[in-house]
Amino acid sequence: MSTMVLPTAADPAVSVLAAGLAQVPQMDYRAVLPVLVVLGAACVGVLFEAFLPRPRRWLWQVALTVAALLAAGVALYAYLGDAPAQGVKTFAGTLSIDRPALFLWGTLLVLGLGAVLLIADRSVEPGGYFVAQAAIRPGTQQDRAQAAGANMHTEVFPLALFALGGMMVFCAANDLLTMFVALEVLSLPLYLLCGLARRRRLLSQESAVKYFLLGAFASAFFLYGLALLYGYAGSVKLADIAAAAGGTNRSDTLLFAGLGLLAVGLLFKGSVGPFHTWTPDVYQGAPTPVTAFMAACTKVAAFGGLLRVLTVAFKATSWEWRGVLWAVAIISMVIGAVLGLTQRDVKRMIAYSSVAHAGFLLIGAIALTEQGLSGTMFYLLAYGFTTLAAFAVVGLVRTGEGEATHLSQWAGLAKRSPLLAGVFTFLLLSLAGIPLTSGFVGKFVVFSAALADGMAPLVVIALVMSAVAAFFYLRVIVLMYFSEPAADGPTVTVPGVFTAAAITLGVLVTLLLGVWPAFALDWAGSGGFAL
Amino acid sequence: MLQSYVPILLLFVLAALFALFSVTIAPYVGPRRYNKAKLDAYECGIEPSPQPVVGGGRMPVAYYLTAMLFILFDIEMVFLYPFAVSADALGLFGLVEIALFIATVGFAYAYVWRRGGLDWN
Repeated sequence: MSTMVLPTAADPAVSVLAAGLAQVPQMDYRAVLPVLVVLGAACVGVLFEAFLPRPRRWLWQVALTVAALLAAGVALYAYLGDAPAQGVKTFAGTLSIDRPALFLWGTLLVLGLGAVLLIADRSVEPGGYFVAQAAIRPGTQQDRAQAAGANMHTEVFPLALFALGGMMVFCAANDLLTMFVALEVLSLPLYLLCGLARRRRLLSQESAVKYFLLGAFASAFFLYGLALLYGYAGSVKLADIAAAAGGTNRSDTLLFAGLGLLAVGLLFKGSVGPFHTWTPDVYQGAPTPVTAFMAACTKVAAFGGLLRVLTVAFKATSWEWRGVLWAVAIISMVIGAVLGLTQRDVKRMIAYSSVAHAGFLLIGAIALTEQGLSGTMFYLLAYGFTTLAAFAVVGLVRTGEGEATHLSQWAGLAKRSPLLAGVFTFLLLSLAGIPLTSGFVGKFVVFSAALADGMAPLVVIALVMSAVAAFFYLRVIVLMYFSEPAADGPTVTVPGVFTAAAITLGVLVTLLLGVWPAFALDWAGSGGFAL
Repeated sequence: MLQSYVPILLLFVLAALFALFSVTIAPYVGPRRYNKAKLDAYECGIEPSPQPVVGGGRMPVAYYLTAMLFILFDIEMVFLYPFAVSADALGLFGLVEIALFIATVGFAYAYVWRRGGLDWN
């Protein structure tokens, strides 16, 4: 009994309250303004849903969401000039707004804008990609009536903003508890968004349930890891964990078991194999704009968080755990490249491609050098735009029953729409990593960072897997250009302004980062994490 | 080090003994009044089985919605209690923070109210 620790007056938390002197935490509102704008706009969006009549909601929500993303971007840009190079820690040290965080915020905001444009589009699918009343049972009379109607759930806009705000906090979270809360804020809206497709509603709902159950499971892993690390270090702050790991003779079991469980949670969100099993099903079932949002933004957030945890908390012990993440990276690349070959559905194929890309990203993330950090962040930027535009293009190829995602339906598409086939070819070449596209530059910087850090065998495997993955991208290109179109094949919808803008944005950035990557590389390499 | 777990172990033993004691002693000292409710799975609430024939054997979804809303606003109260106790110490900053918190939950409340989440049918 004598060993039990009771809170006493010497305990700071108790004495502060007793003295009536609670400290107001230091808050740098200017630094976190982009996040506040996004989350505040999401709250206003909820009020719009509550008080605006249904016909006016779409317009107001789109205006609010786009304005919020632009305003957050302006706030970020205005802060960038005055931001200290070593970053600031604010909100009692729970947020660390440093150069990588600002870079990832910028990436998330622009990718989020592209995704919101896709979500808002009502020209490709009349009435929008989203169901009007999710509560109506699929396949009933009312369901057929609403499928033909012009309404959609406009709640998707605040939900997307909440998810985006969570992602931004996730990238900047400097302690594990904040990180966990941010993880839930980004995940819960995504689960909902996945289940709101207008067409193939059962598939969409199935994907939402799968994502929710597996996501909750992964969150539990994350929490368990958090608890073990707290047991080890007596603190959830990343810097304290690093300090505890540095100079003690404590048992490492808690530390590495904690890191392992934490990593499972993070790798799950980044859809890194072998924690990728949700990815193909969810990417296929979710409404295509949401798939684009997840593929681009969730990946940025997950790897942003992983980079910070590994660099800030576990750099000193990297030689202990790196071998495991080597294996994970190899497994992810092999799964993505080999299973991608066997896919017959375009959305599933890009999903497996994203698993392979997650493996490449992980190579950069475990390099733990400046080069590795900037390379991985550049890769995230480049990959995000390419995959966003690729999913936007997938949404355009349709039959009367919705999207035509089966590969056989894409045969001879170049004869029907040379422009669409050309754009998709360019994007696939970027995913494959052909020069003059951002995919090539991204792979180049990540692999050279890994080489410089002595991971040559891993780079060789990555190159082989890139070649294997290139095969299935090229197969689609061959299919589009050198096959005869089927008589009752799908038609290519002429996109409205929003979708056209999103595709143009993605293609232009893919090209720009391919031929002139210097400015983005400079920005990505402008500073490390605040330690 | 392991000694610090002794109180927890004792608590487990105590809990097990208490449960065993309660179950064993209840039939001897308790009154026996049998009625239909005693034989149900729950003495209040709806029967989980056999499922109601009306509505294809499914529960009205309104139960689920109400339960969710209850949790939401219940948690709000959970946060208000510790604030109220230490409102002095937290000062103006704490007051602003809790006002923001209530406002955020208020948005959710406005949404639920306006969209008919509080109507039973």
